[in-house]
Amino acid sequence: MAELAIELTGVNKYFGEVHANKNISFAVAKGSIHGIIGENGAGKSTLMSILYGYYQADSGSIRLNGQEVRIRNSHDAIARGIGMVHQHFMLVDTFTVLENIVLGAEQGVALKQSLLAARDHLATLNRDYGLQVDPDAIVGELGVGEQQRVEILKALYRGADVLILDEPTAVLTPQEADDLFRILRLLKAQGKTVLLITHKLREVLDITDAVTVMRAGEIVGNVVTADVGKEDLADLMVGRKVNLQLDKTPAKPGKTVLQVSSLSLTDARGVKLLDDVSFELRAGEIVGIAGVSGNGQSELLEILSGMREASAGSVCYNGTELTTLPTREPKAAAYRRLGIAHVPEDRSREGLVKDFSTFENAILGYHDQPAIQHGLLFNRKAIIERCRRFISEFDVRPANAFRRSGLFSGGNQQKVILAREIDSDPQLMLIGQPTRGVDIGAIEFIHKRLMALRNAGKALLLVSVELDEILALSDRIIVMNAGRVSGELPVAQATATELGLLMGGHK
Amino acid sequence: MSQPSNLPRWATLWLMPALNLFAALLVSGLVITLIGEDPVECLQLMINGAFGYPEGIGYTLFYTTSFIFTGLAVAAAFHAGLFNIGGEGQMYLAGLGVTLVCLGLDFLPGWVVIPLALLASMMFGAAWAFIPGYLQAKRGSHIVVTTIMFNFIASALMTWLLVDKLIMPGSQTPATRLFAESAWIPMLHELAANLGVELPQTPLNATFFLALISLVVFYLMVWRSRWGYTLRTVGLNEKAARYAGMPVSKVIIVAMCFSGALAGLAAVNELLGSTHRMNLAFTNGIGFVGIAVALMGRNHPFGILLSALLFGALTQGGLDLSFEKPAITHEMIILTQGLIILFCGALENLFQTPLALAFKQMTKR
Amino acid sequence: MDSFFSVLDATIRVATPLVLAALAGLFSERSGIVDLALEGKMLAAAFAAACVAYMMQSPWAGLAAGMAAGVMVALLHGIVSIGYNGNQLISGVALNMMVSGLTPVLALAWFQQGGRTPTLDDAARFRSIELPFADTIAASAPLKALFGHNILVYLAVLVIVVVSWVVYKSRFGLRLRAAGENPHAADAAGINVKLVRYLAQVISGALCGVAGAYLVLAQTGAFIQDMTAGKGYLALAALIFGKWRPWAAVSGCLLFAFTDAIQIRLQGSELPLIGSIPDAFIQAIPYVLTVVLLAGFMGRAVAPKAIGVPFVKSR
Repeated sequence: MAELAIELTGVNKYFGEVHANKNISFAVAKGSIHGIIGENGAGKSTLMSILYGYYQADSGSIRLNGQEVRIRNSHDAIARGIGMVHQHFMLVDTFTVLENIVLGAEQGVALKQSLLAARDHLATLNRDYGLQVDPDAIVGELGVGEQQRVEILKALYRGADVLILDEPTAVLTPQEADDLFRILRLLKAQGKTVLLITHKLREVLDITDAVTVMRAGEIVGNVVTADVGKEDLADLMVGRKVNLQLDKTPAKPGKTVLQVSSLSLTDARGVKLLDDVSFELRAGEIVGIAGVSGNGQSELLEILSGMREASAGSVCYNGTELTTLPTREPKAAAYRRLGIAHVPEDRSREGLVKDFSTFENAILGYHDQPAIQHGLLFNRKAIIERCRRFISEFDVRPANAFRRSGLFSGGNQQKVILAREIDSDPQLMLIGQPTRGVDIGAIEFIHKRLMALRNAGKALLLVSVELDEILALSDRIIVMNAGRVSGELPVAQATATELGLLMGGHK
Repeated sequence: MSQPSNLPRWATLWLMPALNLFAALLVSGLVITLIGEDPVECLQLMINGAFGYPEGIGYTLFYTTSFIFTGLAVAAAFHAGLFNIGGEGQMYLAGLGVTLVCLGLDFLPGWVVIPLALLASMMFGAAWAFIPGYLQAKRGSHIVVTTIMFNFIASALMTWLLVDKLIMPGSQTPATRLFAESAWIPMLHELAANLGVELPQTPLNATFFLALISLVVFYLMVWRSRWGYTLRTVGLNEKAARYAGMPVSKVIIVAMCFSGALAGLAAVNELLGSTHRMNLAFTNGIGFVGIAVALMGRNHPFGILLSALLFGALTQGGLDLSFEKPAITHEMIILTQGLIILFCGALENLFQTPLALAFKQMTKR
Repeated sequence: MDSFFSVLDATIRVATPLVLAALAGLFSERSGIVDLALEGKMLAAAFAAACVAYMMQSPWAGLAAGMAAGVMVALLHGIVSIGYNGNQLISGVALNMMVSGLTPVLALAWFQQGGRTPTLDDAARFRSIELPFADTIAASAPLKALFGHNILVYLAVLVIVVVSWVVYKSRFGLRLRAAGENPHAADAAGINVKLVRYLAQVISGALCGVAGAYLVLAQTGAFIQDMTAGKGYLALAALIFGKWRPWAAVSGCLLFAFTDAIQIRLQGSELPLIGSIPDAFIQAIPYVLTVVLLAGFMGRAVAPKAIGVPFVKSR
């Protein structure tokens, strides 16, 4: 038996009534890459937060290198050689790389010596691990991959022996991810222990030595990677056979609903967020837009829904030019009136107001409709009735129109938004990340609804970072990279590998 | 910032504000003890001063009237996510509107000049709030800092106008001439006398009814109309408002104008209801009290009615108290207002955790 | 020429408390806490300084008391904003009101002079420092403008230098700025964000304490009700004007003090072409300038990113 870097025994964590971590026990061998895999909400992040001292376990013990420890805060964790690379980078954008690395690990009152010492140390680390990062660059101006390397450097500079990475590839292209994996293997070769949290099976199979599978707060499997296959892990993770393959009848595309031509968007700094994007969308089909997040998909949805102005190009919807639409009200309102519905990517920040009751959110965007006015005031009864209809048709739980939306689970929030947008009987439906943070049961439900909408002859534009979702729902797939369309292909010809290459702009 | 609370609704709505209020009054009581007076006796004197005799009640309700307006003004902006500290300046400028109408047109009959003055007060108040609102919406200037600056600018401007331009010819005090009687809003005791009821002479006037109507209209507008829905969406989640196609900038500007107009009506109560002329600094902190009233009343008209009544009583009772106890001046009331703002506005969740624990214990049994 | 130096002299006198308060605000706001409470901190300090200097007959004791009072108000602001994650704007407004109410009540109770404190003797005040060749200095306007001030003025100059070093070149400064820009990043780096913010409040209180004490011990010689008269807000305006940078904020203070100094000189005098300008207009200049600046007509003022947002640990 190899020496153990980390050993957890019977760790429990409650948040109020929620039992987020149930009796967690597992061990990580020193000098290995250990994967922790599970769905959203399986309790992976809570567990890592306990290891890094953000939370205290309610019971159970943690051993580091055979010694029982209590980790009270991040300062403790760092002192014990634990480093963390957060999913959302913990960097100060206005600081230089060097300042970020030194922050919290300064020597002495004056900064000068710390900065000089760090510069030397950094050069060594850069050489040892091949992490090319300019110490004087302003962090906010670096790319995502580079920022991640700064995070890794930060941990190494503090002498981390155990490195925890939380969903590190969520924002990377497959090629950047490969680069990261190269670095992780180097770390392993130097005797560091790596804990990789992810929900991507491929990564776990590629790089880890052992895997812990979590589901609903519990550990459902501790396995050696070499002994298992993708299907086994997926079954463990989800707990039943996954059926992403919907009953999909062949599409019967009708007339062109949306014609996007040479659409471009340049931000204030002159960066091209969208560059010459063209495609068309017909009635009765779903076009999926694949891509690593941050490659222009969000901006595209924002422009098509009227929330943002394009810099150049045209958007023709059912014969109407949208970019120059003469309107005095905000474009988002005008577009909606023309029959363009929009399920936004960021559900809780855009799609609804968390502090509103559900019945109030049931009319967001449609609050001007004459049907719910009563003279100068709202027709409250009609609004509540409408909401109750949504709740029963979409099986929202708990079925309470007066409950604050923020208190519902992600899946139930999404159902309300979907119900609202579908109810407006749109010609064109824009959908961003329909199942992000949504539980498995609701995913199937939502997918079926979207498919029904397509079969009813509506045009659907689907943006998702989940390749499986794109493959399952779409009739055609458009791949975006760095604001450009890097490929377009019918779903029958699309494979994950092919899409991955296009997403990385390698074709 | 709202954490999921395990408290029953009534506790959040009633018990917590009551506890916060109690804490504020407790600290005031400590200060009173510190300067050698008996807080219980003072409280009795205050309650008696505010509610103990008909004249006291009249004055209390007179102050309440102004506080309802400035409280609603702060609440209106709050619902759009804006902290309007400029009620004082907006009320001051509204006073200018009232004064200009009265000085120029008070030869006309009351049914012409009073509505005109009301309109002028709202328009001047709205105009003074419009600029910070516009700058916030279009240029991103922070509304709090801008409205503070506008209070100072209003004060400088009005001092100049009163000292140099509007002063009654031949007078040394910076105040306008008395408005003609046609422009006076009828006092309540006059109205009552017409009905054969005898009430003591107090400045309480018909503006009080306007304040009550405003509370109801405010409720309907903010909670039951499309306009209020838009207002609250912008205030709670600007991104969602943009998603919903709401004209966010316009909503912010209109909300500030609405807020300024409401603050402006407080000037009507003071000038047409009571003093019948404009004095230097006639606003006397009423705009700032509005902040306390709105926070204490949780930005809801019913809450604002209750807290305006509380502050009306504090003001009137405090004045009576300072006759009896010269050591306890008007500043003591300002201290109490500050404490109430602190406890009800910034420390609103102070008692949440202990209360939640207490409830848990109770339900366990 | 002499009039130039007398304006310079007046500018320096008026600017000193503004500079101290603006730098106080800099610490608070750079740490992520909005500081409307500058006014209250100064006023409390002025009152405490007046009381203690009067009783102990020592300006230094007054200064110490002023700083202690400033720190106390700052800690209250800290407990509300940092400890209880309360609304920082509301906390500031409330504290200013509380101090504005409490000070005259206490003054009346303790000294029975209608809400003010007794006038201090010379021994209890800070006087212009005695240099060699004092007579020469007093006689020459330029020398008087530069060397004829009390010790607190020179202390303020030293504070400017120290503050800009601390903010940009020290460990504490790095952590301070990190707490105001991205407290979650600071927390992940093992920094106690709340502690940094509390320390920033203490420094802010101490500096406001000196500013408030200056008003009494170097200028009026007694506490007068609401004697800060918006200087805290003016300092805040200067801080925004200086885009939260020490030297630029100091320039803002000097500019505002300069308008104040010329206002006194212009009072009642006729200017060519314009005629006489009402005082009120000149008084309003700093406020109008701040509004104009905030409206982005003089370059964008970018506040620390996390300002006003209570730091609640996410996972």
